[in-house]
Amino acid sequence: MRLALAAVLAALALGLPLWIAAVGSVSSEAALFEGVTLWPREPTLAHYRALFAERAFWEPLRHSLVVAASTTVLCLLLGSACAWSFARLRFRGKAFWLGALLAVGMFPQISLVAPLYLGLRALGWIDSYPALVLPYLTFAMPLAVWLLAGFFRELPVELEEAAWIDGAGRLRAFREVVLPLAAPALVATAIVTFLFCWNEFLFALSFTLERQTVPVAVALFRGQYRVPWGEILAASLVATLPVMALVLAVQRRMVRGLTAGAVKG
Amino acid sequence: MAELRLEGLAKEHPGGVVALRELDLQVRDGELVVLVGPSGCGKTTALRLVAGLEAPSRGRVRIDGRDVTDLPPRERDVAMVFQSYALYPHKSVRENLGFGLRMRGTPRPEIARRVEEVARTLGLAALLERRPAQLSGGQRQRVALGRAIVREPKAFLLDEPLSNLDARLRAEMRAELARLHRRLGATMLYVTHDQEEALTLGDRVVVLRDGAVQQAGPPLELYERPANVFVAGFLGAPAMNLLPGASGLALDLPSTRPPEPVIGVRPGDVALVAPGTGHADARVEVVEVLGHATLVHLRLAGSGAALRALVTGAGSLAPAIGETAGVRLATERLHFFDPRDGRRLELSGPTGG
Repeated sequence: MRLALAAVLAALALGLPLWIAAVGSVSSEAALFEGVTLWPREPTLAHYRALFAERAFWEPLRHSLVVAASTTVLCLLLGSACAWSFARLRFRGKAFWLGALLAVGMFPQISLVAPLYLGLRALGWIDSYPALVLPYLTFAMPLAVWLLAGFFRELPVELEEAAWIDGAGRLRAFREVVLPLAAPALVATAIVTFLFCWNEFLFALSFTLERQTVPVAVALFRGQYRVPWGEILAASLVATLPVMALVLAVQRRMVRGLTAGAVKG
Repeated sequence: MAELRLEGLAKEHPGGVVALRELDLQVRDGELVVLVGPSGCGKTTALRLVAGLEAPSRGRVRIDGRDVTDLPPRERDVAMVFQSYALYPHKSVRENLGFGLRMRGTPRPEIARRVEEVARTLGLAALLERRPAQLSGGQRQRVALGRAIVREPKAFLLDEPLSNLDARLRAEMRAELARLHRRLGATMLYVTHDQEEALTLGDRVVVLRDGAVQQAGPPLELYERPANVFVAGFLGAPAMNLLPGASGLALDLPSTRPPEPVIGVRPGDVALVAPGTGHADARVEVVEVLGHATLVHLRLAGSGAALRALVTGAGSLAPAIGETAGVRLATERLHFFDPRDGRRLELSGPTGG
């Protein structure tokens, strides 16, 4: 009973703002200024039409998707390899490098904007996808490596050793045994990384001109005399859809992965 | 199957800890050799060196004469059964069994055929689609064995394969392992801390302690003629009594070079008799009923040395705690050891005097 109540409250706290935004996005401009309502008075899809027809919102959506997806994929590929090395190999200065890795993520983003801008301009990369993917990677990797290394360390090393003796090389054993067992950690890392890229504003604002991502595009909706709230609400709803889709898609995998990982070797 | 040869195999960990010193060992084709010793004696290290999971500090490993010391595990063609079984939790029994064959590029129909065959031999045929989590301990053990067998490797390495099973299942699997070994004619190197497993399974037994070989030979030879105090105390249950000197026993001992040797006598070779009629009198301290026999813990009257006697037979004399009994040792079955270094002294027979 108490659990059900807590669930209802949580759903309200999370769902209500989303609902109000949804209602606002289908209300007319005039209705929006009359105050918050829980039901649209004169439902209209005008804001959505304006969003895609006039503002070509597909463009920032596509840029965001490309940047976030490629960063996530790269982050998982490089991060899992790097994490495995930290978890399993013995090498000089491991503690130092692990600490250094974390320190990289500690820099305030704003302190990096100017130097990164100069570097990217020198490379001629301003307004390209790598201009965002590379900086995002440097911020997402430390967390990914820490998360994954912690998980890999928990996996019994005999599982890998058994695979080696069974005839698998290191890479094969990693792919066949370690990665499937680390699925929950990989999924969690993927979600965190994707969300970071999807939400990031400062770098996206500084390093792009045409290829704006969703947060930048929405921020630049406001005109000199008018803030188009209806379109902003519509855009923010559209922007949550890919994230929701991602989470729903991997959720099942995450739970299955969790039970698989819990099996004793 | 193949012959396994370890030549001066040694392992020192960085920091100076010696895990294994100079192990020379030959496992002949089709032989089952048991490495036995207390934890930390280096037996598992030896196995891991043979498997290629660790690199030795010195020495060579040869399989069928081929030097494999510098080869990675997958090129050695050995199979290993881990203490934890190390079954792949995300793969079905079928996939677990077939994994090694798949890694070696065996054609699919061949994998299916061999997996089915091994599953039938080990009674796993009905469990092929299950995951390890859905199996009992004994079944997991079988899968671990099956995964090794299905590959038909040159040699099997077994690391305490039975230690995670309960006592009854362990005895069952031990017999099954012995049968399997005979049927496959497999070359096996078997590691255990359990002396009973070592004695029952091994064609030959190697006793290790602190990384050094104490004695190697057929089980009965080790049991009958332990090379030193450690082997004497380690092999056989209940453990051999080791008395410092004569301990007040009225024994007619031959004179030995160290005058007061350590006397070893198995509890089964100690008989309880009426007080005053044995080699000494002793007070009964603890009586443990084992069922087929009774183990009596005694304290010798004069020296206060502890002694255990194993009294067998249904109508056996089982004295009560606190009573005094006479003890008689089977003098022809005594063992003598040098008190300085624990080595066996050969003085039985007429040459002893």
